[in-house]
Amino acid sequence: MRSAAFAVAATLAWGCALAKEGGGEGWRSWHVANDVTNRASLQQGARNFINYCLGCHSLQYMRYNRVAQDLGLTEEQLKTNLMFTGQRPFDVMKSAMPAADAENWFGRAPPDLSLIARAKGPDYIYQFLKTFYLDSGRPTGVNNLALENAAMPQVLADLQGTQKAVFVLEKKDEGNGAQMERVFDHFEQVSPGRMSAAEFNEFVRDTVNFLDYVGEPVRAQREALGLWVVLFLLVFTGFAWALKKEIWKDVH
Amino acid sequence: MATATERTAGAGSGRWSAIYRWIDARLPVTEFWKAQMTEYYAPKNFNIWYYFGSLALLVLVLQIVTGIFLTMSYKPSEAEAFGSIEYIMRDVEWGWLIRYIHSTGASAFFIVVYLHMLRGLMYGSYKNPRELLWIIGMLIYVSLMAEAFFGYVLPWGNMSFWGAQVIVSLFGAIPGVGPDLVEWIRGDYSISDVTLNRFFALHVAAVPLVLIMLVVVHLSALREVGSNNPDGIEIKKHKDSKGKPLDGIPFHPYYTYKDLVGVGVFLILFAGVIFFAPTLGGLFLEKPNFEPANALNTPEHIAPVWYFTPYYAILRAVPDKLTGAALMAAAVVLFFFLPWLDRSPVKSIRYRGWLFKLFLAAFVVAFIGLGYLGMQPAQGSYVIAARVLSVVYFLFFLLMPWYTRVDKTRPVPDRVTYHA
Repeated sequence: MRSAAFAVAATLAWGCALAKEGGGEGWRSWHVANDVTNRASLQQGARNFINYCLGCHSLQYMRYNRVAQDLGLTEEQLKTNLMFTGQRPFDVMKSAMPAADAENWFGRAPPDLSLIARAKGPDYIYQFLKTFYLDSGRPTGVNNLALENAAMPQVLADLQGTQKAVFVLEKKDEGNGAQMERVFDHFEQVSPGRMSAAEFNEFVRDTVNFLDYVGEPVRAQREALGLWVVLFLLVFTGFAWALKKEIWKDVH
Repeated sequence: MATATERTAGAGSGRWSAIYRWIDARLPVTEFWKAQMTEYYAPKNFNIWYYFGSLALLVLVLQIVTGIFLTMSYKPSEAEAFGSIEYIMRDVEWGWLIRYIHSTGASAFFIVVYLHMLRGLMYGSYKNPRELLWIIGMLIYVSLMAEAFFGYVLPWGNMSFWGAQVIVSLFGAIPGVGPDLVEWIRGDYSISDVTLNRFFALHVAAVPLVLIMLVVVHLSALREVGSNNPDGIEIKKHKDSKGKPLDGIPFHPYYTYKDLVGVGVFLILFAGVIFFAPTLGGLFLEKPNFEPANALNTPEHIAPVWYFTPYYAILRAVPDKLTGAALMAAAVVLFFFLPWLDRSPVKSIRYRGWLFKLFLAAFVVAFIGLGYLGMQPAQGSYVIAARVLSVVYFLFFLLMPWYTRVDKTRPVPDRVTYHA
């Protein structure tokens, strides 16, 4: 009985997830569900970021050796796996691309991403990286659902493949009479990438996880310490309460 | 300290008491300790609402200490301010903790002060003879708002920048001198490096000095008139043969140790936020402030931090900028007049009639409601709701002379109610 109920619940949850991953405005509620305490995911994410993002996007507040320290890598592992452009371990992770050139090429310099996860939230980055679609009207050949008319090309096209966005006309009434509006309906794969959809999701999740960590490197340490601080305060308050009771005994 | 006092009184021997006596003959340490602590009699019937005064003092000290340490690494310049905060968060030893204590402390300060003020409203603590005590408290509140505003600009995030832009521009609505005044405040044609520098000076030197001085004056006035209590009864009316109030107990040790429990509970909640939710979902640290100040990129919704949003909602509820700004100022200034707006013969809500209770409840709902609306975009039904609640907010003050006079009060007992 219990397992049957569980099966029903699981099916329902799966159905909801499908509906969410599916068409319409569903992409707005895509949730990355990353975990900054998962070191393997963070290491993978660091590698993804350095290979695919760091060419254009700096992490000007993040030092290489801090990444190594927090992700459990030795300096040797750091140098051989993550540092390719001749920096020193204590350097911050700056892109080698000159800002003036970048502005010339893309219309605007690619923003620093040190705090992107704190400013926009990890879900936003996840949605952004997954919703590039072909648009011949754009200089990059692609557009994006999460950031309309993004200046960024689809860097991960090689992994994800390319997709076309299908829009439908929908009647919308926002107080000033009904109007026909173009709304996103669903994606259609145009060319396959090197990764399956599930592999690509994992790739993006790890990358976002790394950016989430970079936004506040101390977070894991903060939460671990917080537990002890609150425990101490509970004991302290208990003693303070007993002391107060003792002292107030003679007040009638 | 207490043991030292006893020793002096008992003329103890030994080197330490000799040193203490030497000091005490030259500085009134014992006298001060007695007057402020062991012989300051407070009513014995304080309830949970009476923790927030000492908690406000605790938060003030926390803010000053963490503020001093932040100043050691912060750089008040347009080019370096934002980066220096990240430097504190990442490279300074324990910098993240100091910064989170300070940023959470700002919100905690307002939570504690708002509850402290609500206590005053509930138990009529502003009424004779505590009018001046209340006014000094209001001056502390206004200084605290200035302190919080200047401090919010310092991280030089995008919301710091645009928040400052909006608030400073309000002075431009003043007829005649407005535009010149705004330029004078900013020291520039827009919010800039010059503005940041002077706001830094005001935040770390000028306003804290005023705050500390006002707190000392607030406490002196409190020691003179004595604390009110949940019954709103003057305990000085009933004294024993030695002149001690019958319903009073020495502040130390009774309330020092009782407040210690309050401190413990407060710190548990405070640490909970610092260690597990330092941004509190964007309420204590707003998301757009993790992007550096950018004069070309306005955040989607400009909203101040939660503690200013009730007033911000009143400002935006009025279509005319000058009227809106004037009403916003009036919303704060009206508090100063409470001692004279309230015509009730009793102080405490316990002995007031349903009319006062109704108006106070409506006021609290309006304040919280406006606080919520101040965070939402100013459009459609949100504006209508803000207008309705603004009217409720002002009616609480403006109708007070009427409803406190006609309200049916209950007889106030002679002595305080206390159940051990």
